[in-house]
Amino acid sequence: MISVQNIHKSFGTQVVLNGISLEIEDGKTSTIVGPSGVGKSVLLKLIMGIMQPDKGEIYIGEDNITKAVSEYEKNQIRNQIGVLFQSAALFDSLTVYENVAFPLVERGKHSRDEIHARVEETLTSLSLSKHSLHYPEEISIGMRKRVGLARALITKPRVLLFDEPNTGLDPLVGQEVYDLIKESKSRWGFTGVVISHELPEVFQVSDTVVMLLGGKVVFEGSPAELESSDNQAVQQFLHGRIDGPIRIQ
Amino acid sequence: MVAQVIAPVERFGTVILDRVEGWGRSWIFIFRTIISIFTPPYRLQLVVQQLYQIGVLSTLVIALIAIFTGAVLAVQGEYTLSKFGATAFTGSAVALSLIRELGPVLTALMIIGRAGSAITAEIGIMRITEQIDALRSMAVDPIKYLMVPRFLAGLIAMPLLTAMFIVIGIAGGYVVGVGLLGLSAGTFMSQIIASVAMTDIWSGIVKSIVFGFIFGWVSCYKGYNCGFGAVGVNRATTQSVVTASVAVLVTDYFLTSILTRFFM
Repeated sequence: MISVQNIHKSFGTQVVLNGISLEIEDGKTSTIVGPSGVGKSVLLKLIMGIMQPDKGEIYIGEDNITKAVSEYEKNQIRNQIGVLFQSAALFDSLTVYENVAFPLVERGKHSRDEIHARVEETLTSLSLSKHSLHYPEEISIGMRKRVGLARALITKPRVLLFDEPNTGLDPLVGQEVYDLIKESKSRWGFTGVVISHELPEVFQVSDTVVMLLGGKVVFEGSPAELESSDNQAVQQFLHGRIDGPIRIQ
Repeated sequence: MVAQVIAPVERFGTVILDRVEGWGRSWIFIFRTIISIFTPPYRLQLVVQQLYQIGVLSTLVIALIAIFTGAVLAVQGEYTLSKFGATAFTGSAVALSLIRELGPVLTALMIIGRAGSAITAEIGIMRITEQIDALRSMAVDPIKYLMVPRFLAGLIAMPLLTAMFIVIGIAGGYVVGVGLLGLSAGTFMSQIIASVAMTDIWSGIVKSIVFGFIFGWVSCYKGYNCGFGAVGVNRATTQSVVTASVAVLVTDYFLTSILTRFFM
């Protein structure tokens, strides 16, 4: 379970998160939505432990990542987490194979044969085998997302974080990424957090939806509940209306 | 009225605080990098890769600059010394200038321009494309993975490239001095042997190591703390080259003063 408890985060005088609390059950996927600049990516970085909150706590299972002082302690918790970044964040100097193998190689706990077998299995399951020797610059953005997903899944994480998985993709490739997420979830099973603007498409991978606005949670519930919510901000955001309580920044 | 008076003071104070904070951050950065050198895992292969990038790929440009620097020194030295009837000392002038001053400084400036800018841009792009965040999310310390190999490679490559610069520079001076200006080959070489002391060589080595330290520190730090987007990378790269070059020249003055006063 991921438990976010009363998280506050400010940058200078700008309050980004102002007492966010939410819980995501094991094996469920929660999608965090909200207008740009509302702090969704900041929340994701706080969950990853690469940013420190001003106040509040975040638990990954039993482990409190906000209380982990040293990088070593944080890394022990991060080993349970996989991340698919917005731009896939692949390493340009490494091939597809090397990118996917990277987390296992760096952990230094697996033999070369074991790493090879795991990488081959993951590449095959995501239809990437024939691209294993290509460099990121030689493949399409959709393919890069797939490699990013393979890299995130290779360590069999308990928690998978998706930062706007469909940004910059056309609708067909976007749907392909959603299908991959669904397929991976049924195959590997993980607790997921998705940051997205893509409404209502993202609902197909969401068990719950959390909407952030003004540094607070303004809605938490199932996609169906979100769609039928009488909250004006939720309806404005869902239907992309200009008029309403949300002011475009 | 009061606000109008306070505003510039406030802005000035903010700039000073930002500078002090940046200075402090850069010291923490180098401290973490040095600590990380001595903690496992040790990534020798990455150091070798960086040695190739910083060292091997710089040899051609260093050789080219060195040969012409030595040649110019021979021409200028011969011209100046001829006014005193002392052209026999041209070899000494070339060698001492290269060993004590021009070798370490010009090598450092060339490496900062060629490899330092590349390091800053590469790390900066990794920062803005979330590759550094990706490293951290995979429990890999970016300081250890990215900075330590580049920092160590800079420390190792700089003295080696400086030594190469000096040797090729003296050869360039010899070719011009002996071949074109008609100086005696024996005198040219014997004056070098007679005038260059071990302390001169140590002075060059110490300088090149310090310049290697500055090179690694500034180019990695500027890339790691680069701002947003293409403009951020552009600014970081420019700042990296300017800061490191100025730091090398300023440090050179103080090192020369200290080494000359206390160790010569």
